[in-house]
Amino acid sequence: MKSNRRGYWPVIVTALAAAMFVFLFLYLEQQWEIVLLAVGLIAVLFSSARFGLLRRVELAASDHPRTTIMVNVLAALLVIVLLRNEHFALLMLATVCLYVTICLGLTLQFGYAGIVNFAGIAFFGIGAYTAAVLSLHSALPHLLVIVISGLVAGLIGSLLILPMLRTRGHYAALVTIAFGILFRTFLEVNDLLGGPQGLKVPGMQVFGWSLNDNISLGPLGAVSFYASYAVVALLLAAGAYALIKRLERSWLGLNLDAVRTDETAAASFGIDLPRWKIFAFTAGNCLAGVAGGVYAMMSGFIAPASFNFGDSLLLVSIVLLGGSGNPLGVLPAALLVVVLPEKLQVIQEYRLLLFAVLVILILRFRPEGLLPRRMREYFAGWGR
Amino acid sequence: MSGPELVVDGLTVRFGGLTALDALQFRLSAGEFVGLIGPNGSGKTTFFNALTGIYAPASGQVALSGKDITGLPPQQIYDAGITRTFQRLRLASSLSVFDNLMIGNHRNLSHGIIANLFARQRLKNEIEENVAKSRLLLEQFSAPLASRLFDPVSQLTMIDRRRVEVCRALISEPKILLLDEPSAGMTHEETRALMDDLLASRERMPGLAIVLIEHEMGVIERVTDRCVVLNYGEKIAEGSYREVASNSDVRTAYLGED
Ligand SMILES: Nc1ncnc2c1ncn2[C@@H]1O[C@H](COP(=O)(O)OP(=O)(O)OP(=O)(O)O)[C@@H](O)[C@H]1O
Ligand SMILES: [Mg+2]
Repeated sequence: MKSNRRGYWPVIVTALAAAMFVFLFLYLEQQWEIVLLAVGLIAVLFSSARFGLLRRVELAASDHPRTTIMVNVLAALLVIVLLRNEHFALLMLATVCLYVTICLGLTLQFGYAGIVNFAGIAFFGIGAYTAAVLSLHSALPHLLVIVISGLVAGLIGSLLILPMLRTRGHYAALVTIAFGILFRTFLEVNDLLGGPQGLKVPGMQVFGWSLNDNISLGPLGAVSFYASYAVVALLLAAGAYALIKRLERSWLGLNLDAVRTDETAAASFGIDLPRWKIFAFTAGNCLAGVAGGVYAMMSGFIAPASFNFGDSLLLVSIVLLGGSGNPLGVLPAALLVVVLPEKLQVIQEYRLLLFAVLVILILRFRPEGLLPRRMREYFAGWGR
Repeated sequence: MSGPELVVDGLTVRFGGLTALDALQFRLSAGEFVGLIGPNGSGKTTFFNALTGIYAPASGQVALSGKDITGLPPQQIYDAGITRTFQRLRLASSLSVFDNLMIGNHRNLSHGIIANLFARQRLKNEIEENVAKSRLLLEQFSAPLASRLFDPVSQLTMIDRRRVEVCRALISEPKILLLDEPSAGMTHEETRALMDDLLASRERMPGLAIVLIEHEMGVIERVTDRCVVLNYGEKIAEGSYREVASNSDVRTAYLGED
């Protein structure tokens, strides 16, 4: 099985091309340039999926998992260096990374275990508010605060899933919709959490270093403080990605697939349905919560209006657009869904409507998404 | 090995006013191959579903090797050593043949979160052992199928899917295998091939008891040691194929139906 391992140059070329693309997409301002890039990205993804180019890159990546992660993180750091003093572009990049993290959680829940979650942004919000409250009222180190934000979101999610275990299909989805809407109302009437005005959140401190300080990096000159947050968000997304891939390539991923594809068959072969559903739902919400914690410290201010039900729908549309169950698909999909409305004023107002149409089109014409999920490969060189 | 492995006593299943299974008495010894026949809607699948914990029986008892397993959830029935196939295939067709087999081998795999995420080398060894085990099992069934271990089930022919479903039920080395019309949708030749595979695998797994639901009488005659006939949820006959085939109740039940 180990024989004919491929070289890793396709990974490097792809990572560099992707980095250049992300840089231009975030840097350019003209509407026509953005449209051109977005259309180009979709066209490239579609055609490379069709003509097997993508497969070659994926095989190379799967043969060199460590190199792949390293090369991609370096490529992403390169983007940050190129954008070093562009506040807005860096903020968007960090937001994309946080959305990727949440959507990897949704991939675990929906793509693998088949649990629909229309409250993604609420769990993100739980993480954000937890981080806000803890950093305002305690002296806990911020990294710990962020971990706790994830745990609180996971814990609340695991309570929410208990009634969902008794229901099937649409009813479970309704439970999450209700929760997502109630969450915002709860924040608005809760004075301890700042009510509709929200809360101010102190910036992140890591080992005594404040991320909100502007930095000057020798020959690179002035660097926006958002660059630091972009690095943190990037590392978070990369860690979440590595974790989800590992999980997928293990018996855990198989169990979740079994639960999703056929509950009766899964139960008949000893698979404990509640256990795996709770696991997927809790772990997925933990990721959203951690992302929320970073978000709160990065934006310095959170309010109920940032956690709309509509945003949960955007998260679901990212997962569907990318290709349900394929973590790789989340990357271009999050980039498009987060950045396009910010860059194209026309879209901004109608973004929910547009993404609703987009989801319907995907489900109708390409249910497997931009990058369809592949067979599970338990380790490098699998099946070859 | 001599005493009965499975003892079913007065097993009854009701759906509202319908008694789908009526006080069934049934025994199965280790190594036996029993045919379960009866017209459509006579309660055969219901019997399997009640045995495997998918339906809760209204009354009656089921004991496996002397232990009461009545009304246990499907997961515990599987752990106790009873596996099955389904009348309408229930494979995960988007997953590979290997993945489907491993769903069947659930109780022999490690499912700890730490073990799966952070002890990759150990996990890799376990996966490699299971690849070898799956290959061996498939080869015994049909050599060409073994070469498709990593293909998605959706790319297989009907007979190969049936084979995979049977292998999924066999790979955990159960005590009892329940087969719900495995020949549905197959030609005579394919059915014959599948039955040959089954007989061969029985040779290799001494002690394995099989219950086969099958409409084709020729198949029942060829492969089973004994058969049980259901009609409207009741057992109307039991014995060797010859005894049952000449039974007048059985004849009327079948003639009335067909
Ligand atoms: N879940 C259910 N709810 C209500 N009625 C059911 C259910 N399952 C089975 N039945 C009824 O119980 C009776 C026995 O059905 P069963 O499926 O066990 O028959 P069978 O012998 O397997 O028939 P076939 O040869 O067609 O597979 C039928 O009348 C059927 O309609
Ligand atoms: Mg049936």
